[in-house]
Amino acid sequence: MMLEVDIARRLGALDLEANFQCEASGITAIFGRSGAGKTSLVNTLAGLLRPERGRIVLRGQTLFDSQKGIDLPPEKRRLGYVFQEGRLFPHLSVRHNLLYGYNRAPAAERPLGLDRVVGLLGIEQLLERRPNALSGGEKQRVALGRALLANPRLLLMDEPLAALDQPRKEEILPFIEQLKAELDLPIVYVSHSMQEIVRLADTLVLMSNGRIEAVGPLEELTNRLDLRPLTGRYEAGAVLSTTVAGQDRMFGLTELRFAGGRLRVPHLHLPLGQKLRVRVRARDVSISLSPPENISILNIIPCTIQEIGEEQSPQIDLQLDAGGAPIWARITARSRTALDLKPGMQVYALIKSVAIDRQSLGRRDAAERFLAEEDRETEAGLQPENGHGGEDD
Amino acid sequence: MFDLTPLEIEALGLSLRVALWSVFVSLPFGLATAWLLARYEFVGKTLLNGIVHLPLVLPPVVVGYLLLVLLGRQGPLGAWLLATFGVSLPFTWEGAALAAAVMAFPLMVRAMRLSIESVDQSLETAARTLGASRANVFVTITLPLIMPGILAGAVLAFARSLGEFGATITFVSNIPGETRTLPLALYSLIQTPGGEAGALRLAVLSVLLSLAALAASEAIARRLRARMSD
Repeated sequence: MMLEVDIARRLGALDLEANFQCEASGITAIFGRSGAGKTSLVNTLAGLLRPERGRIVLRGQTLFDSQKGIDLPPEKRRLGYVFQEGRLFPHLSVRHNLLYGYNRAPAAERPLGLDRVVGLLGIEQLLERRPNALSGGEKQRVALGRALLANPRLLLMDEPLAALDQPRKEEILPFIEQLKAELDLPIVYVSHSMQEIVRLADTLVLMSNGRIEAVGPLEELTNRLDLRPLTGRYEAGAVLSTTVAGQDRMFGLTELRFAGGRLRVPHLHLPLGQKLRVRVRARDVSISLSPPENISILNIIPCTIQEIGEEQSPQIDLQLDAGGAPIWARITARSRTALDLKPGMQVYALIKSVAIDRQSLGRRDAAERFLAEEDRETEAGLQPENGHGGEDD
Repeated sequence: MFDLTPLEIEALGLSLRVALWSVFVSLPFGLATAWLLARYEFVGKTLLNGIVHLPLVLPPVVVGYLLLVLLGRQGPLGAWLLATFGVSLPFTWEGAALAAAVMAFPLMVRAMRLSIESVDQSLETAARTLGASRANVFVTITLPLIMPGILAGAVLAFARSLGEFGATITFVSNIPGETRTLPLALYSLIQTPGGEAGALRLAVLSVLLSLAALAASEAIARRLRARMSD
């Protein structure tokens, strides 16, 4: 189930030269800044942009090969495409929008039917409406349904949430997570938002200036210091694989266990043993040489300094090792000098519990929603779900 | 009050026949030209655009005269038509329809071109990714979206054809029962002593006809819009 891409195309000032292979299963995120060529890359996959040379092979089928003169037109590639702006057909009702691709797919190759998709996306009550009468979030759900109903072999999603505000994003994200859990459909997801990617992706493809900089499992790439200029500075942070280890009902805290110890975070309605991916941003981590006392911070994790970022900047990133798990800390150059920090030193990483909010959490899969009713009021959108286990570690 | 005289019925029928034929025959050409101008860049585009718009700015008599030169029995195109198909256009109602079509062509193309340009082409690519071929996309996505523009172009051309005078009288003359449409009949009556009352009746008839055409197009456009946004 491989996706093999090796293409080149000149686009104005940008030289798109993408060469990578990845397992076409789960969610593969293509991440990079705007202008990095993410959309162009996806358009070449879909057949909307013709590379000057190269080849694209999906699960053994050649979609494009400049040497053999193969260039399947978009309608023959059977890739679903969810665009940033929805692109619903204004002259058709939601029902007919949904069926547009379904009716054109070979009858033997469409296990997904209208009822299933409509149920999955919760759009029953929209069926007879026109796209103009839908809200932004509803439009995007219908667009997603329309692409799914074409029963594609691979689903391309180009920043499907970028045009929506945060509450609308929270409305759509659970559906994408659910797709991943319930359908055996590989997804290529383009985004410039690390938040979305941490929540959704299994594999990360990092792009910069039209080139692929790295391909690999999400945890591995986000924790690599050398890739940090690409994964983003302000939002930089380490991704930890954790397990729910306890609940503190009295104070509304949940305890997560990971290789380096335990983390206490605001209450999550999750069962014990639930796997959870947590991103700890470097700027939320402070350093202390001795275990501090009389301090409000609940998470005090003993670590070893592995690497100190060499930068001529007032801010410095430290990579810490907490029993094998990576943690990053961003401190001032002044503190580094004052504490005389060096690689190999034993320190304590201080992480505020409240800094780990719902946007830092990556749920692994879907089935049931575990948020208690009373929690939904305060944590709207945080609806962690049960896992079938272990795929992320 | 409005009992039509046989002469009026003849002129009215002829006018409708000429206008309808002129619209039907020019519709595919108009759509193709509009599509070409809206979607493609090519050498000579400015020239084509100029030629299409020429009837809008030229005196109609000049257009009629050029048609006569081109399509007259001795004209290069006319001689060929006569030799190959045995068809002669001057002094026939078919010629009147052609003259009306040429005069109305720029209006038709403009309306259609505007609507083609306003179609969001990203919808067409979206349809392609959903498994529709180019031709299928045109029929199921593009055509429904530009239908209001096609309709507007057709109605404009129809109204313009009904009123065509200069090119018609030059190209096919003013033959009762063959090429004497409403405007030509009106002109003849004005030229005839004592024809004022008849001329007025024809003028009123023309106004009513044009109003009916406009009302019909409005009604259809409203239904199309309603279908689009309910």
